[in-house]
Amino acid sequence: MKISVDQTKCCGSGMCVLTDPDLFDQSEEDGTVLLLVEHPDAEHEATAKEAAGLCPAGAITVS
Amino acid sequence: MTELISDKLPTIRQTPFDPPAEVTRIREQARVSRLKFPDGHVGWLVTGHHQVREVLGSPKFTNDPEKHHLIDLRFQGEQPEESDKRKAEPGMFLNQDPPDHTRLRKMLQGQFTVRRMNQLSEWIGQIVDDQLAHLRTFDGRADLVKEFALPVPSLVICALLGVGYEEKARFQDDTTKLLSLDSTFKEAMAAFARIQEFMRELIARKKENPGDDMISDLLATGEPTDEEASNMALLLLIAGHETTANMLGLGTFTLLQHPDQLKILKDEPDVVDNAVEELMRYLSIIHFGPTRTASEDVEIDGHLIKAGDTVVMHVPAANRDPEKFPGNPEELDLRRPASGHLAFGHGIHQCLGQQLARIEMRIGFGKLFQEFPDLRLDVDPSEVPLRTDMGIYGVHSLPVAWSS
Repeated sequence: MKISVDQTKCCGSGMCVLTDPDLFDQSEEDGTVLLLVEHPDAEHEATAKEAAGLCPAGAITVS
Repeated sequence: MTELISDKLPTIRQTPFDPPAEVTRIREQARVSRLKFPDGHVGWLVTGHHQVREVLGSPKFTNDPEKHHLIDLRFQGEQPEESDKRKAEPGMFLNQDPPDHTRLRKMLQGQFTVRRMNQLSEWIGQIVDDQLAHLRTFDGRADLVKEFALPVPSLVICALLGVGYEEKARFQDDTTKLLSLDSTFKEAMAAFARIQEFMRELIARKKENPGDDMISDLLATGEPTDEEASNMALLLLIAGHETTANMLGLGTFTLLQHPDQLKILKDEPDVVDNAVEELMRYLSIIHFGPTRTASEDVEIDGHLIKAGDTVVMHVPAANRDPEKFPGNPEELDLRRPASGHLAFGHGIHQCLGQQLARIEMRIGFGKLFQEFPDLRLDVDPSEVPLRTDMGIYGVHSLPVAWSS
């Protein structure tokens, strides 16, 4: 699985960090998404999908 | 296709915690239906979870209030005039579209990150403890709204913004007038103008004497104009105390009326994170709207929404949609996976302060029932005054009692 984030779409809601702080962080400056892990292990695949579904701005995709 | 048309937005609730039964019936027939507006416009009512997400997530809708046909209950008997339409004030990013919205919201996003908000836990815990100690001075009975649910978020947001809590009297009454559906439009706008004046003075003071607070930090970036900064601060102030306060008040009423669920929360304190999400889903205190207007023709769930059509989303109905929340979405179930609810909205305008609100509620509900395990309602449930007359639902007061 591969996670991609689009910082231009991100609105800093923090839903991804709330869902899985192992995979996502937010920039201190403007709260936009920082991807910590591009290829999540099996243990984190479900939360990666959940974060993509919850993102209010559609800024996260998993493929 | 024949489409369901409602003559007006149903607002009569049969029970304190459930959306109007009429809205549920509408959702069961059509998750996207037609709705007549007070000005004669035939717009749309969206009651399905997936469909609300689709509208709020689409860039083809504007949130510019000048483009909306007004559905506000204030106008159910009072025809709005074109000149009454609320202009999008500079800095009021909730009512702006990109790129203005993006530029302004970005100035604040860094202040509301999950990490920043988690760092406030201990401080918020202290505010909650102090307020619970205050509650205990009332000798066994008090109004939970006045002594706990409203002061906690007010103290938090005032301190974060750098507004003196003692100055609260200057905007508290006007905030109530602004949000009350019993106010005429002109009264609401006059109240809004007075809060704006308070904020302009505050911005001037912060420029003179910066403090360790969000407004001073915002001004230090040099990015917003003074007018933008004062409206941004106003938005944070109002959004920060009316919403969480009503969730704490109505949420406590709900838990007291669902003793089996309350027992779960008391026996398993770790349930509190999910309990907050489920209470938000179940109660959905933003009970009319949000509203959007199509900027171009757009198809939602097989319905052609034409450019200029205004769409009203019904969050309480969407948050009880069995397609999203299978099982029994009409029941409060603190263990239900409730994430994905729309109580904070969806799309680029999703609540900026949601991580703060979550922490306030987790700590607030958690400590309230730890410290007051025998808290009970002090009146018949039918006597609790409900905020059916307010844009943000909740209880006006909540008389409670405990063994001191």
